[in-house]
Amino acid sequence: MSGGRNGGLGNAAGGGRSNAVGSGPGNGRNNAAGRLLRRGLRSGLPPGRPWRAGAPSGWTGRVRFLLGRPGLALSLLLLALVLLAAVAPGLFTGRDPLTGVPADKLLAPSVHHPFGTDQLGRDLFARTVHGSSASLRAAGLAVGIALFAGSAVGLLAGALRGWVDVVLTRCTDVLLSIPALLLSLAVVTALGFGTVKVALAVGLTSVAGFARLMRAEVLRVRAADYVEAAHSLGVRRHAVVLRHVLPNAWGPVLVFAAVEFGTVLLAVSALSFLGYGAEPPQPEWGALVADGRDYLATAWWLTTLPGLTIAATVLAANRIARALEREEEASVR
Amino acid sequence: MSGRRVTGRAARGRLRRAAGRGLGFVAWRLLQALLVLWAAFTLAFGVLYLLPSDPVTIMASGGGEATSVTEEQLADLRAEYGLDQSAWRQYATRLLDAAHGDFGASVQTGEPVRRVIAEALPPTVQLTATALVLAVVGGAGLALAATYTRLRRLRQLLLSLPAAGVSAPTFWVGLLLIQVVSFRWGLLPAIGQDGWRSLVLPSLTLSLPSGAVLAQVFARSLRTALAEPWAETARAKGASRLRVHFAHAARNAALPPLTVAGLLLGNLLSGSVVVETVFSRAGLGRTTAQAVGAQDIPLVLGVVAFGAAVYVLANLLVDLCYPLLDPRVRAGRAVTA
Repeated sequence: MSGGRNGGLGNAAGGGRSNAVGSGPGNGRNNAAGRLLRRGLRSGLPPGRPWRAGAPSGWTGRVRFLLGRPGLALSLLLLALVLLAAVAPGLFTGRDPLTGVPADKLLAPSVHHPFGTDQLGRDLFARTVHGSSASLRAAGLAVGIALFAGSAVGLLAGALRGWVDVVLTRCTDVLLSIPALLLSLAVVTALGFGTVKVALAVGLTSVAGFARLMRAEVLRVRAADYVEAAHSLGVRRHAVVLRHVLPNAWGPVLVFAAVEFGTVLLAVSALSFLGYGAEPPQPEWGALVADGRDYLATAWWLTTLPGLTIAATVLAANRIARALEREEEASVR
Repeated sequence: MSGRRVTGRAARGRLRRAAGRGLGFVAWRLLQALLVLWAAFTLAFGVLYLLPSDPVTIMASGGGEATSVTEEQLADLRAEYGLDQSAWRQYATRLLDAAHGDFGASVQTGEPVRRVIAEALPPTVQLTATALVLAVVGGAGLALAATYTRLRRLRQLLLSLPAAGVSAPTFWVGLLLIQVVSFRWGLLPAIGQDGWRSLVLPSLTLSLPSGAVLAQVFARSLRTALAEPWAETARAKGASRLRVHFAHAARNAALPPLTVAGLLLGNLLSGSVVVETVFSRAGLGRTTAQAVGAQDIPLVLGVVAFGAAVYVLANLLVDLCYPLLDPRVRAGRAVTA
């Protein structure tokens, strides 16, 4: 298993070069890598994208792959729709999310109002569709912050080793020692309320996971023969890290970003539910559920349907992440 | 596991060595826990006091409402909370005070933070303890049932439940439970806290995500354990499926879930912020939510430090329990499970 995946499938050029350099302690592994490389080339896999190794190639292959997994197909469809709603809410509803018709207040779901209306006569479907933009943007921003900061920390720690590694690793450990939601609440307390600040707060709590994973991946890739070969060919250290180590280390980290998305969306929604998100008239998923609290006994749709949207989105995101993870594991073997 | 019968002097010597190592281990872990706690406090202090915002204006405005405060009053406030001093001095005083259990006074009420937390704690302890029991019983039961059943459909259904449990927002689950159980069926009270009846729905809600995580981890480790050669051996020697499952596999598979216990306790504690808000219960979670809403910085710092302490303590206990539960750790070998 050691070094096999990346030496073989990932960095074709590096693998070849390390064979040319030849003699060294890792000769046996070179052979294994070479075998894997040849097998990979025979099955027509594109080199340089190791995390895609298990995926079927071609459109027909992909469609057949999805038809065998209706849950995954449904999840992809749902997530695509939600993303589309976030980018272009006008495609889904022509109604205004902010102004309501007082005469139409608290109507149950119907053809005209798929999600019903709230106490001010605003269409809940329009509010949910428009709210997806704020909620998904916050979740995406949080994952982005965690991915970027965590990867940078992990890469530095793994590439430099020594005292930098010790200090950075200890710092990420400290981030894990405060329960995530409490740490987010502390950041919100200090920064104030708003969608972006909530995203910052949630992003900070997820940095540690990314940093740990990136560090482990960098350490694993560093031990590969093609990295040794690049060093021995006289490539500068930062060039080796950026050109050889990073591209082969970020596959699992990106998969982890997909895994984290659901968790982060839940955390963002929880903070929004508690009232630390967007300013009141602006719709946001968690806040929509909170708004419906006062009408629990009379208008079930006000809490149920926006909440269902959150749950379905998180479920879909987790399902896709799990599929990516499986592919990742399959490509390691 | 079996066949560790060592007799006589060798055994006694080994025991004594293990005890010596154990004592060193305990001291080392205690020191480590203290260091982590200190670091967590430092992080919380850094977040709350050093992020680019002015604590005094935040505290004076009390969470967004624009009140007119003169520059003079601000200066007075700064002096009162020691915010006119350098960051290092503030940090040193805060840390020293915190080491003595003094977290200053709440900005909202002026009460000492320690007393506010102590007063809010009992209902939250009740809630989280009940939720912990529910999560452990439910999660472990689900994992055991899912790995034990031979019906493929049932197994798939049971194994897919935790994924759904992890994906559902807690606040939404709580509100759904109120809607159905309290309003439609009229079975249990929706809000408030008198007697065990009002504890059922909140603790059930709070236990859901933790129980789901526990079920996932335990089911995975159970499946690994059941595939081990010793499970096969036990079966070959005539042990019943039930016995192999519960007496052999479950015991060995219990270690990975134990390692996430600290994490789960932290999740339960922070989850109480949401759950207590949903069910309008008094407690530490509700106090925290209000403190954040009013940007009551000393109180939030106290709560965060308390949360970190709980998490660190739980992990310390788990680590100290390991040698008691796993003879391999006692013998000084690495745990491979």
